Amino acid sequence: MATIHVDGRAYEVDGADNLLQACLSLGLDVPYFCWHPAMGSVGACRQCAVKQYKDADDTQGKLVMSCMTPASDDSWIAIEDEEAREFRASVVEWLMVNHPHDCPVCEEGGHCHLQDMTVMTGHDRRRYRFRKRTHRNQYLGPFVAHEMNRCITCYRCVRFYNDYAGGEDLGAFGANDNVYFGRHQDGVLESEFSGNLTEVCPTGVFTDQTHSDRYTRKWDLQFAPSICHQCAVGCNTSPGERYGDIRRIENRYHGEVNRHFLCDRGRFGHGYVNRDDRPRCPEWRSQASDESMTLEIDAALDRGADVLRSARRVIGIGSPRASLESNHQLRELVGAANFSTGIVAREQACLERMARLSRESGLPTPTLRDVEEHDAILVLGEDLIQSAARLGLSVRQAVLGRREELAEARGIPAWNAEAVKTLGQDNYHPLFVAYPTATGLDGIAEASWALAPDDIARLGFAIAHVIDAAAPAVADLDEATRLEAERIASALLAARRPLVISGGSLGSEAVIEAAGNIARALSRRARDGGLILVRNEANSTGLELLGGQPLEWALDELNTQMADAVVILENDLYHRLPRERVDSALDLAEVVVVLDHQRTATWNRAHLGLPAASFAEGDGTLVSLEGRAQRFFQVFDPRYIRPESRIHESWRWLHAVRAGMLREDVSDITLDAVTLDCARRTPALAGIVEAAPGSDYRVEGLKLAREPHRYSGRTAMRSHLNVDEPRTPQDPDTPFTFSMEGYNGFERPRKDVAFAWAPGWNSPQAWNKFTDEVGGHLRAGDPGVRLLHPLPGGYDYVREIPSSFARRDGQWQVVVLPRLFGGEETSSRSAPISERAAPAALILSADDAQRLDVVDGATLVLETDTGRVALPLRLDAALPAGIVGVPAGLDAAFSSGDWGSLFIGPEAGLDAMGPETGAHSKGPETGPLANDDSGRDERADGGEERP
Amino acid sequence: MTASQRYRCQLHQSAAERSAETHPLTWRLREDSALIGLDEYLDKDGYAAVRQTLGSQSPQDVIATVKQANVRGRGGAGFSAGMKWSLTLQGGDLPRGYIVCNADEMEPGTFKDRLLLEQLPHLLIEGMILGGYANNSRFGYIFLRGEYIEAARAVTQALDEARAAGWLGADIAGSGFDFDIALHTGAGRYICGEETALISSLEGKRANPRAKPPFPGQSGAWGKPTVVNNVETLCNVPAVLRHGAEWYQGLSGGLSNDGGTKLYGVSGKVNRPGLWELPIGTSGRELIERAGGMRDGRALKTWLPGGGSTGFLLPEHLELALDFDTIGEQGSRMGTGLLTVVNEDQSMVSLARNLEEFFARESCGWCTPCRDGLPWTVKILRALERGEGEQGDIELLEELANDLGPGKTFCAHAPGAAMPLESALRYFRDEFERGVTHPRGAAHEDPIPVGEV
Ligand SMILES: Cc1cc2nc3c(=O)[nH]c(=O)nc-3n(C[C@H](O)[C@H](O)[C@H](O)COP(=O)(O)O)c2cc1C
Ligand code: SF4
Ligand code: SF4
Ligand code: FES
Repeated sequence: MATIHVDGRAYEVDGADNLLQACLSLGLDVPYFCWHPAMGSVGACRQCAVKQYKDADDTQGKLVMSCMTPASDDSWIAIEDEEAREFRASVVEWLMVNHPHDCPVCEEGGHCHLQDMTVMTGHDRRRYRFRKRTHRNQYLGPFVAHEMNRCITCYRCVRFYNDYAGGEDLGAFGANDNVYFGRHQDGVLESEFSGNLTEVCPTGVFTDQTHSDRYTRKWDLQFAPSICHQCAVGCNTSPGERYGDIRRIENRYHGEVNRHFLCDRGRFGHGYVNRDDRPRCPEWRSQASDESMTLEIDAALDRGADVLRSARRVIGIGSPRASLESNHQLRELVGAANFSTGIVAREQACLERMARLSRESGLPTPTLRDVEEHDAILVLGEDLIQSAARLGLSVRQAVLGRREELAEARGIPAWNAEAVKTLGQDNYHPLFVAYPTATGLDGIAEASWALAPDDIARLGFAIAHVIDAAAPAVADLDEATRLEAERIASALLAARRPLVISGGSLGSEAVIEAAGNIARALSRRARDGGLILVRNEANSTGLELLGGQPLEWALDELNTQMADAVVILENDLYHRLPRERVDSALDLAEVVVVLDHQRTATWNRAHLGLPAASFAEGDGTLVSLEGRAQRFFQVFDPRYIRPESRIHESWRWLHAVRAGMLREDVSDITLDAVTLDCARRTPALAGIVEAAPGSDYRVEGLKLAREPHRYSGRTAMRSHLNVDEPRTPQDPDTPFTFSMEGYNGFERPRKDVAFAWAPGWNSPQAWNKFTDEVGGHLRAGDPGVRLLHPLPGGYDYVREIPSSFARRDGQWQVVVLPRLFGGEETSSRSAPISERAAPAALILSADDAQRLDVVDGATLVLETDTGRVALPLRLDAALPAGIVGVPAGLDAAFSSGDWGSLFIGPEAGLDAMGPETGAHSKGPETGPLANDDSGRDERADGGEERP
Repeated sequence: MTASQRYRCQLHQSAAERSAETHPLTWRLREDSALIGLDEYLDKDGYAAVRQTLGSQSPQDVIATVKQANVRGRGGAGFSAGMKWSLTLQGGDLPRGYIVCNADEMEPGTFKDRLLLEQLPHLLIEGMILGGYANNSRFGYIFLRGEYIEAARAVTQALDEARAAGWLGADIAGSGFDFDIALHTGAGRYICGEETALISSLEGKRANPRAKPPFPGQSGAWGKPTVVNNVETLCNVPAVLRHGAEWYQGLSGGLSNDGGTKLYGVSGKVNRPGLWELPIGTSGRELIERAGGMRDGRALKTWLPGGGSTGFLLPEHLELALDFDTIGEQGSRMGTGLLTVVNEDQSMVSLARNLEEFFARESCGWCTPCRDGLPWTVKILRALERGEGEQGDIELLEELANDLGPGKTFCAHAPGAAMPLESALRYFRDEFERGVTHPRGAAHEDPIPVGEV
């Protein structure tokens, strides 16, 4: 701690901070641009100038940049000094010299840091009377819009994009007052984190392109605290709604999870909420072949109750993309014995193993923030940038953390960003990655290996054995792999905090258990390590805790006519199992009830379809991959703008259906009641009640506002429907109002913040007002509650080790490769995501292609027992021979570990490849291809290292 | 172009005037200005300092001698080279770093390093070997201004010769010291002369300066300890080690507290622009006299003591000793010590406009006051030059000059740009006032034609 004197008052601050951080953490307003809480200081903008005095007696003082000056003990500074204030006003005046002053048409307006700083410094008269410099703008892809004339040259964009996120296709070009921030030419931004530019850029250069067509100012958006539903990381978001559509997703600061940044799938993948084809009313058809008709709620509930009551046996299929509450309510409806998680058996087995390891590996699961504190990382079987992108970004920071250590040893503070970079150069903490092909983190990895899943597992088991000889040895381990295992093991053992990352992406239990053995070995050697296991979907972890039968069981119950009715919750079964398999089960079901917010192939099979709330229209709880239960809150009432809409949370529907089945009066139910009931019924989920405050929570006696206090047009927004303004929708489920009335401030600490705003701080920088220190934790504590904790105990190693991958003649092993864009069901239904997705292709090693005499781009047909697909071939330099890579989200007929044959395909029309339109070619044009040549090469067993 | 037509730096001192005892930098130069190759250099006591020093003196001894001689940086800032070397980290588990010669010489009105680079590159190499030895540097880089084609040729040849003769490479002169030098030619930005921007550029990055601390001596090129010195500074080192600190101190006699000689020069409205090596502390009057006095009988109006980034001085300052402290006390800087002479016919507004155009163009674009403030001064100066200034323009220029001052911008580029502007306004305010023809903010014709900026 250090004492600093600011404008005559003494404060206790963290002496390791710089003066700007210290002042902002104290709640004092100092304007700034180039400094960013996650990226440190570079001293470029000169906006943060304050007067510094030598000591208490110095009256002269001199201007210093607070962001570049250590908050050392006994510092004397003045923010309010006249010279400092004038200088800060001048800085904004210079920044505005070339700025177009186009706030009225700028999409940053209203949440613009430049506007805030301009007001804060008091610059309000333009003296510059000459012509302004202009730039051309670029097309940067479907996510991010570009208007370079608004640039104030703070360099934040390139620092984030290149240094923080590792992107390579955004740069600063030119010099003097003609610096251009863009790509070398128009083109789609390559980084998976490009959307953060819209928040990192303090002005309107980079804005949300997906928001642009139907734009609304921040103050006119209605927000709620939400949880991203597009993967299992559980990033906190603030979706903003207007006129019944989600207009954009903003980052919601969580001190342990996402902090300042989101990935592009999460930020731009919400378009499915706004689809015109969404089911908005109950639909009924008595036979699968009939046209559906829409029903009113009561009629739908009656039909539902009738058909289910008359069924012999009803089973329920839950969903890892639906809330715990909805899944719980389904289980209540059908009974635990009749409930399936909706997850395929193999994935569920992986989830079970992961849940067990989260408790019994001896190592705790770190939060994303804590991931950044680790100093040696091994990733087994995950391409994190594709499967859990935000986690990948944290791993990158951990690896770069080595530079900060080196700098510290040389007396360079961690916040001195450029100096840290210069000193550290390419010194990284060791990162090792084993995956079937190249991954997004290989560039900063000490070594990476492209291996078949079984060989990844073997490498992992071998590492565990090196760390602890009591861990089982790997039989027939080749010398090369043994040496690599030793190298990795010694790096993990040398680390202060080693971290092991694995997960279910490859569908391999062996890979997960190999990671588990390493974790156990590390914990036995008393290493302060961590284990983090990647799950597939937003609530995969929660569904595992809730429990239930795998999806195949449910289909078997229908196939064998052990059950004749099925209720399917927010789950497109065609996304999980081969079409024929799902068809035959649903064909046999007398009653199919589907609840969903998307018109999926499964919905189209429903007798009764009930329109469910997406995350935007409903509340619920998800459990993230770190085992954190987090509540998401309804953003808007779908009936307000679309009175014809009958959308409700699935848990509400299911409660009503159950009451009808039991011939009880349908009394309404609240979120709190369902959450509590779910917690009581499932001991593993007992903690979820604490994930967020209940609906009776008040701040200063007030509910919490979803709308900023400047929200406009409320009396007029429905006037095209009816000039009578209806009563504001009431929210019985949460402490939030659908209104600007209610508490929205920062002074009273609270965990669930719909949108960040503080007087004078309209931009995302307002989050600094909500945290205990800049970049720290929310002052009330970060939201959510951990459900998975390591349990003490002596846990033995797993001893089943697969034998090494062996190529088969004329056969290829399928590996389904996760994709950030296009690999996930709901976000793929958003236009910008499908536009951004790479064209679907079958991936084959260059060796195999050469042996087969097929060239890049040729049409190839893959045929397995369960499916057949024709796609262009993409050669992959890294992939081991004998393996064919299939992009995730393309066709559920294929799953990792299947074996299939390849054919040279017809020139199939491949452009329409989508989740539901996989071009199933009719038949091979040639016979099956063979890869049985004798020249089997060395690399098949050890894999090839690509350092 | 024939060799005789080619421009050559002019040292206007005969061979007779120059001796090893009095002219450590230039005594070896030939009257025909031809390049001095290795053989001739060796004949003229070349590499004697290296032979004498390496192996027999410790690096710390070398630093102590240079410190005692008080060789002040000739790049313009006047920081003691010995002091800089003593602050450069070495030893322990530190990697061996770099010694970088700043040969970017783009300061307006400055052409001194060029003389040494083109005609006596071995002297620089010898200085760098000694500097590298003192600072435990593994490699040396010569960061050369891109337009200095002739110098690049000379330096390349000299490096080849030195390497072939064993003055560079492994185990130099049997001393056990490994060291080599590479030439890096710049792409033509003034800011690359700022030592930290130079390092960024050397690394292949944008030529943005770096914050200090850490100083290059702590974390310089590629994060390793790095010494940056000007050409002339390094060229002083062999003589200092050959003849000792006291001898060097004595060279300036009673003229200055600083020791040694200075490669002075004069350009502008004089009869005989050129270069002279003279004891440091020589007056401006003597320099202008050596330059043949004012051209065309026009009177001296003002002069810049050491490049475009120094402050204007008046004829009354001509008697002052041209050294770092004396000129510094006048609100200017000695800078490079190459005078720019302005006569009574020249417009201060145009001169200031011309200089600020240069500095605005050469701003690296990193920090706001420099990047956006300098172009604004240019536009105001252009308006004044055209007689289209507004009331308040001069006050605004003064305000801008003040806001571009030391400590307010990221590096010394903007303060260097502010100095001539501020001093021109201070001494010649009436000339600027004559350009003010409009009341403040009144509507008048757009002063900039459409399409120009
Ligand atoms: C904008 C700017 C340009 C500079 N250009 C040069 C240059 O061309 N040559 C040079 O030696 N020093 C130049 N300097 C000074 C260097 O930053 C540095 O002080 C010098 O190279 C140190 O060497 P010295 O101590 O031997 O003088 C420049 C400084 C600034 C701020
Ligand atoms: S584009 Fe935005 S973030 Fe990048 S330099 Fe300009 S203002 Fe800063
Ligand atoms: S003063 Fe600022 S903009 Fe100008 S050259 Fe230095 S760092 Fe660059
Ligand atoms: S915030 Fe301190 S200089 Fe930019």
